[in-house]
Amino acid sequence: MATKKRTDAKSASDPALDREMLHSMLLQRRFEEKVGEAYALGKIGGFCHLYIGQEAVSTGIVGQLRHDDYVIGTYRDHGQALVRGITPRAIMAELFGRIDGCSRGKGGSMHLFDRNTNFLGGHGIVGSHVPLAAGVGFAIKYRGGDQVIVCFMGDSVVNIGAFHEALNMAALWKLPCLFVIENNRYGMGTSVERAAAVDDLSKRALGYKNMDGIIIDGMDVHAVRAASAAAIERARTESLPSLLEVRTYRFRGHSMSDAVSGTYRPKEELEEYTRLDPIFSLKAKMIADRVMTENDWDALEQEVAATVLDAWDFADQSPEPPLAALYEDVLVDTTS
Amino acid sequence: MPIITYREALNQALREEMARDDRVYLMGEEVGVYNGAYKVSKGLMEEFGENRVVDSPIAELGFAGVGVGSALAGLRPVIEFMTWNFALLAIDQVVNSAAKMLYMSGGQFNVPIVFRGPNGAALQLGAQHSQAFESWLAHIPGIKVVSPGTPYDAKGLLKSAIRDDNPVVFLEGEMLYNTKGEVPEEEYLIPLGKAQLKREGSDCSIITSGKMVLVAMQVADLLAKEDIHIDVLDLLTLRPMDVGAITASVRKTNRAVVLEEGWEVCGIGSQVVDYIQRDCFDDLDAPVIRVHQADVPMPYAKALEKSAKPDVAKTIAAVKQVMYR
Repeated sequence: MATKKRTDAKSASDPALDREMLHSMLLQRRFEEKVGEAYALGKIGGFCHLYIGQEAVSTGIVGQLRHDDYVIGTYRDHGQALVRGITPRAIMAELFGRIDGCSRGKGGSMHLFDRNTNFLGGHGIVGSHVPLAAGVGFAIKYRGGDQVIVCFMGDSVVNIGAFHEALNMAALWKLPCLFVIENNRYGMGTSVERAAAVDDLSKRALGYKNMDGIIIDGMDVHAVRAASAAAIERARTESLPSLLEVRTYRFRGHSMSDAVSGTYRPKEELEEYTRLDPIFSLKAKMIADRVMTENDWDALEQEVAATVLDAWDFADQSPEPPLAALYEDVLVDTTS
Repeated sequence: MPIITYREALNQALREEMARDDRVYLMGEEVGVYNGAYKVSKGLMEEFGENRVVDSPIAELGFAGVGVGSALAGLRPVIEFMTWNFALLAIDQVVNSAAKMLYMSGGQFNVPIVFRGPNGAALQLGAQHSQAFESWLAHIPGIKVVSPGTPYDAKGLLKSAIRDDNPVVFLEGEMLYNTKGEVPEEEYLIPLGKAQLKREGSDCSIITSGKMVLVAMQVADLLAKEDIHIDVLDLLTLRPMDVGAITASVRKTNRAVVLEEGWEVCGIGSQVVDYIQRDCFDDLDAPVIRVHQADVPMPYAKALEKSAKPDVAKTIAAVKQVMYR
């Protein structure tokens, strides 16, 4: 693929970008490991879906967006939120259900929002947010802007009606949308093969004119970045949508309440994918390229650990929302 | 004062608000080239162009979501459902997206959107096309629900709904579109959340909204001849409901009939009766009686359909029952 060539050229020549992407992915990884600890201690409640294993997808795509672009996603939203620039403090405080959370403690893990970064949420109903993304694309085009909207979704979404209705309108009206399927091979515990009557999910794009369908190796952050760069450009300059099937893998369970492997996926499969870990693959490449040393890595680990610890401390000290907040934000007050 | 149809009143409201604010656009099935399934949007595509009057595919869930998404990004969509029966396909976007966004984002993302279209039964359209969903919709915190019965109210309330920074569900009626009434030429707005006393009387309150306002007014006319004077309270907005207006009317008349188009169980009337029993318990001279659709899917056969619907005769009987006459 043409995009692949461009990737290799770019990665070899840009150690600063490599360091930035390594930092971005490692922050997500260590942040979420801490989230797992906090959940076990009861500091985080409800549903909590970890992104561990999929970090190359958010880093590769969100990391290259403009500040005025938009991002929307699913309930598995911590990674994209971090890369988009919501602070680890604000995200951890949200997970802890505290007033300083990015959604003031009212959203929780599944509903991270941030107006400053055009982060339009974590959404909890599978497929429901895909039409919202088309709507954001509609608004961009309506105003004659050149922003794009990136919509993250899981592999199970390709089988739901809202997905098809949204793709149809995005293609019909040529909306600047990237629909990113994070194909981690399982919708909860049901494998793609057992849910979708299509082999490559990207082929869903074939049903719609003006829609590119692309398969991307989601364990390779450079591949993700390069292929999505082309799709972002296509959306920004030609106002055309793309469907990206990014093949990735989650190293943890669907949510905190289920096993990492077991009835629905074999341990061997998990181990196989663990060897493809996007973070350690990039680390190995950078060391081989002699753009990073083991000491640099240790320093990076320490920096990230400090950031995550700071987020934890901040969240832990942030007050719970006052009870008066219960009735706030139901409606915008229009009485004045 | 000009006399125009309910349809024309809505059309004027849309035209005025689209001219006033270029963030306002109309989207739905057949709203543009076809001029609207019920001609509410007649002439708007010609006037505002296809970017602002957008014909959607038949995909309620999809285009309702497009509306919500565009509102998140700063537009002020008016989403037309050909009827609220079809809007059930889109209810996820109304309930899970529009109504929740402000709250679950901690106040960051409001959704200034209007979902509008005809609600309730017309004539012999059968079970799937003849449903009044106001109680379903009014159940949901995070949205407002409006149900005007006259051209004047339809125009003033739709203009307010479009200007409101919250999601507003706007319930019209196929049987209302051709009804006529006075609508002034000069601009006016009717505030959401306020009921209106359509007729003053001291003997019994009829509390109602939407299409049933016309029934209540006929009942009031007929009973006046029998020297029974009805307070007709038009709720106009079902959420938030004007509880003060309800209690004021019932405290005056000490008797109430609650008239609604929908089904009995968990209907809008159940909520009205709850407010009355809570706030007017000692004021009542008789139990409150509700008039509503028969608790069955709407039949097709003419006589059966008529029998299923709330009407003037049933409402008069209810008034007489609460007056022990």
